[in-house]
Amino acid sequence: MKKRKIFATIGGLGLVVLSILLISADHIDAPSISGTSTDIADFYAFQGEDPNNMVFVIDVQGLLAPGQPTDQAIFDENVLLEINIDNDNDMIEDRVIQIIKRKDPTSLEDNMYFFGPVVLTSSSNTCSEQNLLSTINAENLSGSVKISTSSDIQTSSSNGMQFFAGPREDPFFFDFTQYSQILGGSETGFNNPGTDTFAGTNVLSVVVEVPKSSLGSGVVGANPFAPTVPVYNVWVEAKRKQ
Amino acid sequence: MKTYKYILIFTMICTAFLFVECTDADDNGNVLGIVTCDDGIQNGDETGIDCGGALCEPCLGSLDFSGTFIQEDQMGRPGINVIFGTTGMKDAFNTTVPCQMTAAFQSSFQSNLLVLNPLYTTNVLGLDATAFTQLLSKDVLWVAQTGITTYFNGTEILTGRGLSDDVIDTSLLLIFGGPTGTDNPILTSDFVPSNDASFSNSFPYVVGPFTN
Repeated sequence: MKKRKIFATIGGLGLVVLSILLISADHIDAPSISGTSTDIADFYAFQGEDPNNMVFVIDVQGLLAPGQPTDQAIFDENVLLEINIDNDNDMIEDRVIQIIKRKDPTSLEDNMYFFGPVVLTSSSNTCSEQNLLSTINAENLSGSVKISTSSDIQTSSSNGMQFFAGPREDPFFFDFTQYSQILGGSETGFNNPGTDTFAGTNVLSVVVEVPKSSLGSGVVGANPFAPTVPVYNVWVEAKRKQ
Repeated sequence: MKTYKYILIFTMICTAFLFVECTDADDNGNVLGIVTCDDGIQNGDETGIDCGGALCEPCLGSLDFSGTFIQEDQMGRPGINVIFGTTGMKDAFNTTVPCQMTAAFQSSFQSNLLVLNPLYTTNVLGLDATAFTQLLSKDVLWVAQTGITTYFNGTEILTGRGLSDDVIDTSLLLIFGGPTGTDNPILTSDFVPSNDASFSNSFPYVVGPFTN
């Protein structure tokens, strides 16, 4: 009995350690995508330095150690990232920004290409699992940016939008170690001060800044805690080429 | 006759200059005056004919964007599937469209909330377990079209998510803090109030990676 308990404890610790290595605000949230290139780590949406603009940040492949692990991390050409914008609170996207990596045929540099915000037609504005499938219409291209490295920082702008893709310091902060121990029953509360599990780690980020006018008008009443403020419902999706 | 010959030579020279101007062979964009992305020539800082550079659309060349892409992951608010997703249902959550999420996952989210905090009644937003998990199971992030965008800054509530927002403390407060936010004080903050690097106020806002 005692032996079994020890094994259970070891097994539990193993799970906690594994989770610590891989988790973020959404990272390793589900078994079939954990640690893969479609595993979204984090998503942010906020007003830009120019208040007429909105900024979206998507992080993938979190908890990269500095140096080689960061330098060798690459975006996957088979993974399409999509930022969805619902501006009438029916939980169905009305605008979509599509993002994918390709090698520039002239310069042979790795670029990130940005499409949209595409205005979706009313026929696609139904609650359907069809929205889990996507294709890219190259005519919607808004711009591209050379993918940055730790030392070669590249941004670009076109069509009123700004673009970035590359390794960044992971903006997420959380004492995930202690949280796991609380969930596992070995601790009863957080320490003060806590320890940021994500301190000193990097992530691959995609940042796009767009004019709010390109998102359409938000809808009043979606957020009951800001009932007079027009709101967009936004979310990010990662889709793999079949 | 001699005069006619000079006129002819003069005309030829002028015509030659016209021809040179029209071809814009020096490619400096300084003859026609205005470089545009639809003038049919590679000029300015374009890297192809009417493409590339700072002003024109990127040169697509032979780039292939074909194919169908199928969803594997999604995220709106931070930590939703991580905290409330049920073992065996997390992959399904990632491949469910938001308009179908509440019907599919609200009840299991509510069960998980009550596992995390068996004494949950309401939280500081006045949401009972059903209302709270109805809100969370629709995994979209609200972002205000105008004004301050923050997960929570003491005044604005769920109007976006900025880089420096302590989304973990907000989440812990709503799960464990009870109706006044004072319940379970050792569970309502992880006491990590900020990131270990400062953010930029300018694009791209997130800062450079740590290096060895």
